[in-house]
Amino acid sequence: MATVAERVEQRLERIWEDEPGLAAWFKTVDHKKIGRRYMVTGAFFFALAGIQALIMRAQLAVPDNRLISPELYDQLFTMHGTAMIFLFSTPTLFGFGNFLVPLMIGARDMAFPRLNAFGYWVFLFAGLLMEGSFLWAAAPDAGWFAYTPLSGPRYSPAINLDVYALGLLFLGIATSIGAVNFLVTIFKLRAPGMSLQRIPIFLWAIVATSFAVVFALPPLNAANAMLFLDRRFGFHFFDPAAGGDPVLWQHLFWIFGHPDVYIIVLPALGIVSSIVPTFSRRPLAGHALVVMATIATAVISFGVWVHHMFAVGLPQLSLAVFSAASLLITIPGGIQIFAWTVTIVRGRLVASTAMLYVIGFLLVFVIGGLSGVMFGVVAFDRQVTDSYFVVAHFHYVLFGGAVFPILGGIYYWFGKFTGRMLSERLGKWSFWLVFIGMNLTFFPMHIYGLEGMPRRVYTYEGGLGWDLGNLLSSIGAAVLAAGLLLTLINAIRSLRRGVPAPADPWGGDTLEWATASPPPPYNFRAIPTVHSVTPMWDERSRADTDRARHDEERLLAEGHETLRTSELDAEPEEPIEMPDETIKPLAMAGSLAVVTLGLLLELYWVAAAGGLLAAVTIAAWLWPVQELTGEAG
Amino acid sequence: MGRPDRAAHRRRGLRPVPLILLAGFGLQLAGCGRSGTPSTLDPHGPGADRIAGIWWFLLWTSVVVFLMVAGLIGYAVWRRRGERVQPRPGGERLIVAGGIVLPAVVLTVVWLVNLNGMSALAYRGQGDLTVQVTGHQYWWEVRYPDEDVVTANELHVPIGRRVRLELTSADVNHSFWVPQLTYKTDLIPGKTNVTWLQADRPGSYDGAYRGQCAEYCGLQHAKMEFLVVAEPPAAYDAWLARQRQSATATVPAGTTAARGLAVLESNSCAACHALRGTSAAGRAGPDLTHFGERRTLGAGTAPNNRGYLGGWIVNSQTLKPGNKMPPQQLGAEELQDVLAYFDSQREEASRGDGG
Repeated sequence: MATVAERVEQRLERIWEDEPGLAAWFKTVDHKKIGRRYMVTGAFFFALAGIQALIMRAQLAVPDNRLISPELYDQLFTMHGTAMIFLFSTPTLFGFGNFLVPLMIGARDMAFPRLNAFGYWVFLFAGLLMEGSFLWAAAPDAGWFAYTPLSGPRYSPAINLDVYALGLLFLGIATSIGAVNFLVTIFKLRAPGMSLQRIPIFLWAIVATSFAVVFALPPLNAANAMLFLDRRFGFHFFDPAAGGDPVLWQHLFWIFGHPDVYIIVLPALGIVSSIVPTFSRRPLAGHALVVMATIATAVISFGVWVHHMFAVGLPQLSLAVFSAASLLITIPGGIQIFAWTVTIVRGRLVASTAMLYVIGFLLVFVIGGLSGVMFGVVAFDRQVTDSYFVVAHFHYVLFGGAVFPILGGIYYWFGKFTGRMLSERLGKWSFWLVFIGMNLTFFPMHIYGLEGMPRRVYTYEGGLGWDLGNLLSSIGAAVLAAGLLLTLINAIRSLRRGVPAPADPWGGDTLEWATASPPPPYNFRAIPTVHSVTPMWDERSRADTDRARHDEERLLAEGHETLRTSELDAEPEEPIEMPDETIKPLAMAGSLAVVTLGLLLELYWVAAAGGLLAAVTIAAWLWPVQELTGEAG
Repeated sequence: MGRPDRAAHRRRGLRPVPLILLAGFGLQLAGCGRSGTPSTLDPHGPGADRIAGIWWFLLWTSVVVFLMVAGLIGYAVWRRRGERVQPRPGGERLIVAGGIVLPAVVLTVVWLVNLNGMSALAYRGQGDLTVQVTGHQYWWEVRYPDEDVVTANELHVPIGRRVRLELTSADVNHSFWVPQLTYKTDLIPGKTNVTWLQADRPGSYDGAYRGQCAEYCGLQHAKMEFLVVAEPPAAYDAWLARQRQSATATVPAGTTAARGLAVLESNSCAACHALRGTSAAGRAGPDLTHFGERRTLGAGTAPNNRGYLGGWIVNSQTLKPGNKMPPQQLGAEELQDVLAYFDSQREEASRGDGG
């Protein structure tokens, strides 16, 4: 005879589980499945962009190499940057967010599950469109920054830059709604008791990043729309011959572009703030300071874009102001570095693979931060910008600040994501190869950058002092690739025959460890109660969460429901009805993909048909359903 | 003076292998000054010199900060392991000291250094020699407006004198960069940026300084080099005097060189290239009035000698694919005449240099 508890679980399972079969694969709105898809797809685009980088490093291994044509090289470096920024970093971190946010706040799904599924499909289609353009040798080739007039109709008449403008506009839909979904979820669906001061840092990082996305993407979207109008319909926004201004593009692009660095880095720093307390066996030092630093970073990031434009010829006064802001943004970074270090110093270090990646991150990111300070100094910036020195700098920031934490996060949460543990032994081998390979690849770039080697060149003359450094970078890239490959092998091996993951393998402090690995479709049998920022280490939270298992208002087993709470104090408000699985998100994303392709190929009637299809899908999506009482997205 | 073969010149510039392997910034960079390396840390003029000074300040500051943070991390890693270690709460004061107070002090000093550097490098002069540089895909047009001289891919400047530069672009964005003399200034269509440079001695890259486009400008961005030739005032004046002459001045009638000039004038060359004093007045490509005297072809793509030049004229696309010059349909004799014309300029120049 089943116990009461088992009956509740069976009922929840029935309500929340997707129906079996292939169709359900396309219809799911489960945040955990969508989160995993984001991460796997992000890894796929990371591998593509990595292969692009390896081809470039092969070309640059020796001077005057003729391995690949300049046309291909230009497409490779453009798509390497574009993919790493838009198709790997942000989506992968959104994948972590999608999987972890509802679990960390003790909810059963995101606030808008169908929008969440829609966002994933849009990201997938936009990514395939942009990378797929290689098959027609039509990949964007004006740099990820696509400066006008080079990217305009006169100097890039082929379709390549239309792929860029439309692809990014299409992708921007996914990023924007993903950000809004995170904000609503974190502000409205937190477990009772998780007031603002008890929100884990990872969630603050997602909040800060999401706000930054909401404000940073409009200038990029506007710029790309203007570029497309210039290119396709003879507008002159960026055409100096007709009174347009090419520098306007640079402003719009970098008003997006610099916050975007932090849009990428902040969630990754949030991952670090999750890993450090667990493996230091104590709560994060200076929690409130780190929260303030996270938010300050996002705010200040909107005031530093001109440091990408110090050589453009802007007035001295604005250079001095943007220089000050660019230096200032180091301080929130410093606070976080010291918060993590102090936590480790005053805790008990457990040297897991995840923690190794964090320590590697600390060292690499500090170097990237220090060379970043140098770029706040106008005269020095202008000497080394657009040289390999800046390539070294931002790889220390982005490889150090995003890829290391992502790898650490994979080793930390793989059990939660998949139900299987990764091999720590393979993990440590992978770490050392990645750490050595990364430094061997990018450290010499500082040197040959200072020695005058400009970036974005498909070849270089021998004998200028750059030969040995380039060779070392190319060897380093191979070592780095081997390390990353080892982690991929580790993941595949573990999925097949890894050790089953317990609910809480590491003794973590946040709520995702309170449920099984992988979590059941309904996440928690009862909505938990939170009394501190480390609920898993706090007896009261655990006792109250156990008590909630007998509370009907926390079981929410009568319908497809999760609990809505107040924004500041997370006081319970009312249960809200969540939507079932549906094909509409996929249909909507598909319609918009048709619009994008129609515009791209100048088949405007196809675009119109796609638009019509999208309108019909929206109508069906929003059609009132009698049975539903609450609203859900 | 015989011009040394470029390749041989650069072989001498190869650095000893173990230097980089020893890696440390200081160790590596202290060994600069080899000929051929256009290093920012081997400055030959007051602008780059000032910036190199800022670099060393920033580097040593960074090294100190890095060693402090890395030392703290190292201490945490080596001392805080094992079951006996008791985690302790707190630590906020160290975060405030290390994460706020320390950077605030350091960054204030850095910002003051920045303001000082900005002010030192801003152009405020008057009455300096002015050179106008216009960026093209993928070459540099160089004008001396007060002297009525136009050339390309080579700036000649007198040693020790400040030169005012007016920079703009005819097509896409480019960036003017001579690492050993001055930092980057962008060339942007519809906008003129003013900067300056000064060389205190002759350069060591083929007797000049190597400059290169530093803003991605399309297919052949990699091959958009230019040279800054810094000469003693007398040599500079002699160069200027030769450049002022028209294309016909030194070509006796009836010679092969004169026939070559006629070929240039009457063929499609004249549609894109100018030869002052003749009817050839194209503006799309580099001015060829004294082209024979220039050191490189295709903005640093190849040395400017008879062999490469012949190949370039017949089909420059094999040397620099994607440049704007189409293959030329010249007869064998016409080609020889053109080469002879530019040879005559080369000879004239070496006579001017004193042999």
